[in-house]
Amino acid sequence: MNIHNKRLNKFLSAAFVTLIYIFLYLPIAIIVFFSFNSSKLNVVFQGFTLQWYGVMFQNGDLMSALKNTAIVAVSSVVISVFIGTLAAIGMFRYEFKGKSIVDSFLYIPIVIPEIVMGISLLAFYHILSISLGILTLILAHVTFSMPYVVVTVRSRLSGYDMSLEEAAMDLGATRMHTLTRITLPIIAPGILAGAMLALTLSLDDVIVSFFTTGVDSVTLPIYIFNKVKTGVSPDINALITVIILVTLLVMLLMRTFDARTSKKEQA
Amino acid sequence: MNSATTATAVFGSEVNTSKKRMPFSRFVPLLLMVGPVILWLLIFVAAPLLYIFVISFMKKGIYGGVVVSLNFENYLRIFDPLYLRIFLVSIIIATATTVLCLILGYPFAYIIARASDRNKNILLSLIMLPFWTNSLIRTYGWIILLRTNGTFNTLLVSTHLISQPLQMLYTNGAVMVGMVYTLFPFMVLPLYSSLEKLDRSLLEAANDLGATPRRAFLRVTLPLTVPGIFAGCIQVFIPTLGYFFISDLLGGGNSILVGNLIRNQFLAARDWPFGAALSILLIVFTIVLMRVYKHFGGSLENIT
Repeated sequence: MNIHNKRLNKFLSAAFVTLIYIFLYLPIAIIVFFSFNSSKLNVVFQGFTLQWYGVMFQNGDLMSALKNTAIVAVSSVVISVFIGTLAAIGMFRYEFKGKSIVDSFLYIPIVIPEIVMGISLLAFYHILSISLGILTLILAHVTFSMPYVVVTVRSRLSGYDMSLEEAAMDLGATRMHTLTRITLPIIAPGILAGAMLALTLSLDDVIVSFFTTGVDSVTLPIYIFNKVKTGVSPDINALITVIILVTLLVMLLMRTFDARTSKKEQA
Repeated sequence: MNSATTATAVFGSEVNTSKKRMPFSRFVPLLLMVGPVILWLLIFVAAPLLYIFVISFMKKGIYGGVVVSLNFENYLRIFDPLYLRIFLVSIIIATATTVLCLILGYPFAYIIARASDRNKNILLSLIMLPFWTNSLIRTYGWIILLRTNGTFNTLLVSTHLISQPLQMLYTNGAVMVGMVYTLFPFMVLPLYSSLEKLDRSLLEAANDLGATPRRAFLRVTLPLTVPGIFAGCIQVFIPTLGYFFISDLLGGGNSILVGNLIRNQFLAARDWPFGAALSILLIVFTIVLMRVYKHFGGSLENIT
């Protein structure tokens, strides 16, 4: 292959990748763009304004949707990380009868279509006469994120040196002490990765939430889903923009944190 | 006590101890650690799915409840031409979405896998980033772009490329765009990881033996990434059947997919048994696809 051809190839690859990224970011960019629009309709850009960033705080429904989203995300992450990490350690450390059954069982929530999980939980809550609300939503979110936590934490455990635990226990550390002082700090990056995944899944979910939420526990995506037909006001765009900025910030922080720990590991 | 804990720690790292009776000091921590997950899965996954399976054989009550009975009517109803058509349209849209994702995703993943380590990380984060904005919100972004008085039409009309706004929203095309958009990362990530794992020296060997790049790609790269292709296709195809909100928002009433049909049975029509039968069908379909996938050497670990 001559140099000319190689250059052309490189240029085409760059152009293709750029086009894909434009495709991926276009809908987000347009939402951000219209959050600065002075018109109430997301149709024509009339003029620049920041008023919607103030107006959004007066929209009670929107704010309560935001609050519900946060409550559900945080509680489901905490529960699924706690239960999931314990299971990952247990399944890594012990061999037991039926382990492979538990293993394939864990993949059911990952593999089945979300809509099936949503309606099965809806029907299940219904037969137990549990009224739909924030609790049913949290339980549902834990159900779909926990298996991912187990899988993520366990894959990070595979390089874990068990003899460190033995050494600690030989030196007189109790089982609890060994867990909190040796095991957990070492697998912390794995737990963090699991938590981030659980958070992403919770924030991104629409379908399972749609079936398991009640009237008084509407989350942000459900709120917008209900609004789209009647028209979405720009204060929603403003809130979405703020959320995007916050996630961007969190992601950057995570990256610097990641870079620092990997540097430390190398040293 | 001390020697006992040491012993369990040593035993714990052994692989085959299942034949021996488990000592109490190991059984209790094991139960405490793995027990909660098992319990949770039994209550919130197994029981609900079992319940759906049971009511799929029952009958719809007059006021939308479930009447206990045993019949296969709900499954037979699926063969009604009306519903068969919905299945057909869903499968066509899901197949087209999968193919489009693969055509766009393979070269994309290939280029990223070949990038320098630093660029690789940045490019990968850039795929994950939109994920942190809810998919429904991003779908709403597409509505702004596609509707009759939306961004695309406004741009096209003002540049005189078209004189009348085009009907873009509420078409099957819009549904496809939304599906490809939402599911694209699910195709790229498994493709990327299989391309990344590919042993470069194999390509060098092919090159040394006189293979052209094209031939090396077709005979080495492509066959070795087949598991990644399968994993990606499954992760795009199955969700597409269930993503009712995309066809709701972008297809309007014009596009009813299996997902919408199931949703309607549970909310609008209140015919839970029929909705349950449709869900069971979807599960069976998923299991069959997973079997095929495993048969071709795929592993579950790639489907996460």
